[in-house]
Amino acid sequence: MEKEKKKRLALIWAAIAVSYIVILILEMTLRPTSMLLTVLKKGAIYSLVAVSMNLLNGFTGLFSLGQAGFMLIGAYTYAILTMPSEVKTSESVYKYYQCFITFDTGVFIGLIAAGLMAALFAFLIGLPVLRLKSDYLAIATLGFAEIIRAVCQWDVLGPVTNGANLLRRYIDLTYVTIPFTDIPFPPTLFVFIVAGISILLIVLLINSSYGRAFKAIRDDETAAEAMGINLFRHKELSFVISSFFAGISGALLAMFQYTVQAQQFKSMMTYEILLIVVIGGIGSISGSCIASFLYITLSEWWLRGLDMGSFLGIDAPNLFRSGFRKLVFSVIIMIIVLFFSRGIMGDKELSLTRIKGFINKRGMKKGKKEAEA
Amino acid sequence: MSYSLLELKDVTMQFGGVVAVNNFSMHVNEGEIVALIGPNGAGKTTAFNCITGVYEPTNGEILYRGHTVAVSHPHGKMRKLYAGANADLYRDRRILHPTPDEITKLGIARTFQNIRLFKSMNVYDNVLTAMHLRAKQNVFSALLRISYKEERRMREDTERLLKEQDLYRFKDEKATSLPYGKQRRLEIARALATEPELLLLDEPAAGMNPQETKELASFIKEIKERYNLTVFMIEHHMDLVMEISDRIYVLDFGSPIAEGTPDEIQNNERVIKAYLGESNEI
Ligand SMILES: Nc1ncnc2c1ncn2[C@@H]1O[C@H](COP(=O)(O)OP(=O)(O)OP(=O)(O)O)[C@@H](O)[C@H]1O
Ligand SMILES: [Mg+2]
Repeated sequence: MEKEKKKRLALIWAAIAVSYIVILILEMTLRPTSMLLTVLKKGAIYSLVAVSMNLLNGFTGLFSLGQAGFMLIGAYTYAILTMPSEVKTSESVYKYYQCFITFDTGVFIGLIAAGLMAALFAFLIGLPVLRLKSDYLAIATLGFAEIIRAVCQWDVLGPVTNGANLLRRYIDLTYVTIPFTDIPFPPTLFVFIVAGISILLIVLLINSSYGRAFKAIRDDETAAEAMGINLFRHKELSFVISSFFAGISGALLAMFQYTVQAQQFKSMMTYEILLIVVIGGIGSISGSCIASFLYITLSEWWLRGLDMGSFLGIDAPNLFRSGFRKLVFSVIIMIIVLFFSRGIMGDKELSLTRIKGFINKRGMKKGKKEAEA
Repeated sequence: MSYSLLELKDVTMQFGGVVAVNNFSMHVNEGEIVALIGPNGAGKTTAFNCITGVYEPTNGEILYRGHTVAVSHPHGKMRKLYAGANADLYRDRRILHPTPDEITKLGIARTFQNIRLFKSMNVYDNVLTAMHLRAKQNVFSALLRISYKEERRMREDTERLLKEQDLYRFKDEKATSLPYGKQRRLEIARALATEPELLLLDEPAAGMNPQETKELASFIKEIKERYNLTVFMIEHHMDLVMEISDRIYVLDFGSPIAEGTPDEIQNNERVIKAYLGESNEI
């Protein structure tokens, strides 16, 4: 039993190592602008934010709609902190404001600060809202996300946020170097390492005593409380940790995009992430990751042709024009939601035995059909 | 002077206009098995909910080992609405209302009338989760597995408890897929995992078959001895109550109508009257 477990764990680690090596190889061989690498990066970033949302919605049973807001805070914190001070003082970014923050930090501190800042806001929102028995968190976080977007563009805060103008020339993915050297860090690998470590930490949390307490709250608040689990403290904890990682994913998104602007963090973004969580399966970490890559690949790459005039070799510029992709995409999502109402993975995790079982079942069905014929 | 383990003084619980528990005073001494009986809707579960912090009593005081854990007087809207007794007795006391988890930490664990297991978890995790409150780890030590020794000890304790409760063979099954009687046992095991001194059982025999109900009496005595418990239980099965209780309290329409040993209660006229309309169990 114990041995079996160890073997399984070793296998998982081996699979992860292999996938990281594959990414490194892809990075060495493909053009940096290749679609595959772009999709991999964005998929990893969305995996992280989807997993962080799942920690809250899927494992603690708290419904929050603030993901975009926390990502925004993360993105801005990171961009402002890592922008070199000479850029801040020159007029190339802060054209209309005198930048208030005169120092700059490295990538690592920038990322951690991004998470901490988002966590701080979550803590403050949670203080009043999570004490209430009823679920006001969704409304409060949605409102917060809208307000923070407006506040970031507010003139008065211009010396910090650069008002409604975009931020750029901070340390983006192309400027990251391997520590203590000048060698550039392979960007996709960097995103995968940061997102990977973050997701690993969330998985460790979920499988700890605290994770079990979260699940207990999700299953039955009254019983959880009667078992000595302080509802407020554990909800606040889950919310703060979830937002911490949403902040980090926001910082990664800023690094990935080279520029960042408050305008883009609309509630649509939160719904996108929620959709990914639902498609992947509420309560399944691997489901969230699979769904993220699937979602990003479809929307950014495979269905692109639907907007561009030709798809799968069919040229139909009248049909395949701007907006058609969204339509097809919605239909696909509706089909997924209809036929996998509990998401791709339900609340289970991906494992070798499940894959084997799936293949066997398929094989058996095929065999049966052949036998009948 | 020695204190009772649990003491209720003039506890009244009023919901809107309904006085569910009216001026209820009682105590449970260490090592006793005390039963709370009464017809349906008498306010027994409500009394439990006041003790465990689910409800804030409208009036009265609750003490554990002589220390006040909850005290209240009619305030806010209740000031006008209050229909219970002793409205002025606690008026000068500062209101103290603990949350249920604080009560559990004090050493009072409970089960529920309509079983409340953690649905998504298996039998093993249901018990393991209940050990969280005694864990010394913090988030970081838990996350980075610095407290792996404590985790291992918790797992060993869980296995031991499951074996003692004869639930070990079900450990990987979903809690809610167990037969009803076993679910009740599991709920008790889960309560024991919080390391209580006082165990509150809300109708532990409800939904059990006659055989299981019979076994329950010896089971309750057995866990009481093994884990050094004091037991306070609500129960409708009079055979069970009469067999194992040291003392019995009777509630009727929220008000206490009798208190005494099983013999005294069985011959108490008010109790017989209260139960006559209901059933012939007594
Ligand atoms: N949260 C509540 N709000 C309003 N009324 C309540 C509430 N909880 C209980 N009551 C009322 O209080 C009264 C006592 O209910 P309680 O559940 O304590 O009875 P009980 O003695 O446990 O009965 P049973 O034997 O059926 O379990 C009932 O009239 C019930 O409707
Ligand atoms: Mg009841």
